[in-house]
Amino acid sequence: MTLGQQLITIGMVVLGTMLTRFVPFIVFPAGKPTPKYITYLGRVLPAAVFGLLVVYCLKDVSFLTGWHGLPELISIAVVVGLHLWKRQMLLSIAGGTVCYMLLVQLVF
Amino acid sequence: MKNIKEPVRLRAFKAAFPHTIPILAGFLFLGFTYGVYMNVSGFSFWYPMLMSLTVFAGSVEFAAVNMLLGAFNPLQTLALTVMINARHLFYGISMLDKYRGCGIKKLYLIFGMCDESFSINYTADIPKDVDRGWFMFFVTLLNHIYWVSGATLGGIFGSFIHFNTDGLDFVMTAMFVVIFLEQWLKEKNHAGSVLGLVLSAVCLCIFGADGFIVPAMVLILLVLTLIRRPLQRRGDMI
Repeated sequence: MTLGQQLITIGMVVLGTMLTRFVPFIVFPAGKPTPKYITYLGRVLPAAVFGLLVVYCLKDVSFLTGWHGLPELISIAVVVGLHLWKRQMLLSIAGGTVCYMLLVQLVF
Repeated sequence: MKNIKEPVRLRAFKAAFPHTIPILAGFLFLGFTYGVYMNVSGFSFWYPMLMSLTVFAGSVEFAAVNMLLGAFNPLQTLALTVMINARHLFYGISMLDKYRGCGIKKLYLIFGMCDESFSINYTADIPKDVDRGWFMFFVTLLNHIYWVSGATLGGIFGSFIHFNTDGLDFVMTAMFVVIFLEQWLKEKNHAGSVLGLVLSAVCLCIFGADGFIVPAMVLILLVLTLIRRPLQRRGDMI
């Protein structure tokens, strides 16, 4: 690719990303009332999206081979346990991450 | 005017920063990885720096490395980008109300609405005496700064530094697990959470890691639409 072609390619990535971010705000502008169905989606979608994001983070883990995702599952259990116990976001995240790093570097 | 506005911003910044600390760790690391990846793929640090600045969407930036190395095909690049980032459409629909009334900052908030900025801005309990618009602005800006710094440093120093960071990327997984859990603890009805988790997992099994997001989104949308009436009848959700 020439520099010009590279710039166009990057421009397309920027354009595509911005499309996905701006379209809802353009279709449903702040001035007009948002349709009830969209408001409903706005309420129920986030919970579903957080579920999707958790699965997305685990998409490259092989659950059927190797360690069957054991380090991931153990560390997630640590995150959940810590969070239900102390409900301190940073503690839960740091604890789970340290646990995972120790597991993949020393155990598995 | 400035003297009155200063404390408002400072207070919003102080409230926002702690929420972004996990992202500081995660983005410096992931951004660094991305910069190194660009570096070993033959691009100077200008590329990861400018792309992290203008695109600010991790997964597609990794994918863009292959697009840049392949044949020139702008339309395919555009289509692929929209597909990888399609989940942002859901974020936008969810933030229609929250970003309302943020003035000109709204443009930047939408521009910088990556997974992490969306998740924090949606779930954070912003104290009453803190300006919501500025809080969300600083969350987005800090995340953006972390990401660009990581990518640039990776692009510059990537090939020199070696230390064992195996598993550090789990910080992002841990963060989304916590955010999912927080949402779970707050909500009265778990339909959305369960559907998101189960339908995404099912689609991952069927379509594989590279192609499951769009089918999962379609399925989630479909089922949520189907159960709208029963949910509303029970009065758990609007």
